[in-house]
Amino acid sequence: MPELCGIELGHPVLNASGTYDAIAARKVFGDELLEEFPFSAFVSKTITPEPRAGNQPRRIWETPAGMINSIGLPNKGLEGFLSSDLPQLAELPVPLIVSVMATNSEEFSRLVQAVGERDEVAALELNVSCPNVHSGLIVGENPAETEALLEALRPLTEKPLIVKLTPNVASPEAVAIAAEEGGADAVSLINTLKASAIDPATEEPALAAGHGGLSGPAVKPIALQQVRAVRAAVQLPIVGMGGISSGADAAEFLAAGATVVAVGTESFRDPRAGSRIAKELQTGMSGAPRRLAALDLE
Amino acid sequence: MTAPFGRRSCEVAANAASGGYRIFSLVDREGPEPEPGQFYMLASERSWGEGGGRPFLPRAISLAETAPAKEGVRLDFLVEGVGPGTDRLCELEPGERVWLTGPLGNSFSPPKQVHPDAAGAILVGGGIGIAPLAIWRRRLVEQGIPLRVLLGFRNQQHSGGLEELFCAGGSLCPDVRLATEDGHAGHQGYVTDLLAAMLAGDDAASAVVYSCGPPAMLEAVRSLCDTHDVPCELAMESPMACGFGACFGCAVPKPDGGYIRLCVDGPVLRGDAVAEVAHA
Repeated sequence: MPELCGIELGHPVLNASGTYDAIAARKVFGDELLEEFPFSAFVSKTITPEPRAGNQPRRIWETPAGMINSIGLPNKGLEGFLSSDLPQLAELPVPLIVSVMATNSEEFSRLVQAVGERDEVAALELNVSCPNVHSGLIVGENPAETEALLEALRPLTEKPLIVKLTPNVASPEAVAIAAEEGGADAVSLINTLKASAIDPATEEPALAAGHGGLSGPAVKPIALQQVRAVRAAVQLPIVGMGGISSGADAAEFLAAGATVVAVGTESFRDPRAGSRIAKELQTGMSGAPRRLAALDLE
Repeated sequence: MTAPFGRRSCEVAANAASGGYRIFSLVDREGPEPEPGQFYMLASERSWGEGGGRPFLPRAISLAETAPAKEGVRLDFLVEGVGPGTDRLCELEPGERVWLTGPLGNSFSPPKQVHPDAAGAILVGGGIGIAPLAIWRRRLVEQGIPLRVLLGFRNQQHSGGLEELFCAGGSLCPDVRLATEDGHAGHQGYVTDLLAAMLAGDDAASAVVYSCGPPAMLEAVRSLCDTHDVPCELAMESPMACGFGACFGCAVPKPDGGYIRLCVDGPVLRGDAVAEVAHA
């Protein structure tokens, strides 16, 4: 039975934060969603201290084997999450991991404390792909910022802290080492890759925000390399993700050093992708090799 | 009513040209009977995101008509090839299979539900947006609700679906009026010209307007209805990756700030529930 930071999981496939709204999905599909919940743990979309409406449309753009999104983290804010969303997410049949983000250490602390003390929450994921308003630096792009943030947050909760790493750096392993030094319990990677598209009809940026994050099978080779690099650098458990759409893809991430995997964009194409991929992984269907030869090549 | 959880494989029963558009039919053995205004996420099983490239995401397509089939229900869709996804859907061959998720979203509301004094309906469709009005028109006729249908097309090349969806006994249903920008049929001009004339007269008293079409047309309809204080429901479109509330791509601005997700809060919205229909 796979486990992540002491949390026992029914299978090794989670969802990527922000790619599955279990509350909306339950309204669309009914309780059948709960009976065959696709993921072994549910990662919430990112919660911020105050409510956010999200970015202006246009927010998504299809690309070859992927998509670019600039959603802008719409959420109800901490209070709205705790009062309205958390009770509904607690009804899911799997452990709950809550993703949080703030733009300074004090606000981040408030989130971690308030969310961490709730019994419904098994672990927290720290979305560090945001600027620190004091330094102006993107926390997750800077090892020192990442370590300082973890040192501030670590004493505030005994729940596992998972750091979501950004791929938009020269050395994700340096940030992973800093997270480990700061007391993180696990890292998850990759977040989306910074990307743009030009609308050929207007010759303007296709997304209202100008740029967004690339996901889908197009990013998988990059994600695999970053998982390998981070695996070589830290002892922490790794939640590996980036373009996984089949059991064979998941097996590659596990072979590259991931402890468990997460599925994001593929769920848009197949609402039950999580359980399908877990099954393919278990049975070796969809060409998933029993034992990957890739590791033996080096 | 909820949709079956997940995508399911459906066989293509037919696919034929209809003017510049195509109408294809799927046989859904598992899903419930859909409501007018609802949509499905569709992707062919073959040649859709295989080995990279596009199309990659499923496409949200409004239901045009449905009927009981020998096993399950037949679902008819009206499509125009305007990109890699719709091009592929236009090429579907009978016997091949399509991944389908749905029925998704809400549906049109009967006139009395929109406004207690409403007695009739005016349907305003433009281009490929005539699709959901076909099944809605049939439903209203079955319920004996008086209605007028105004349909507009840019030109002959960008038109279709009339014969299959709005004709009875070989000729256009008597409640249907056409407008075409190139004048090849009906009034030469915009379909909203017909609506404006109708709303200015007594015909429109106590009617509800139901509309689907390109954003500029929908905005004209919304604005006309607002001016004449006539309630309207708009079936809208927005870039959509998933159709079930997961991707947050299909944001539509609310009049009081913030956004709704069109897939779970729509696609049918009351005119007063949208700020302004964004159009280029």
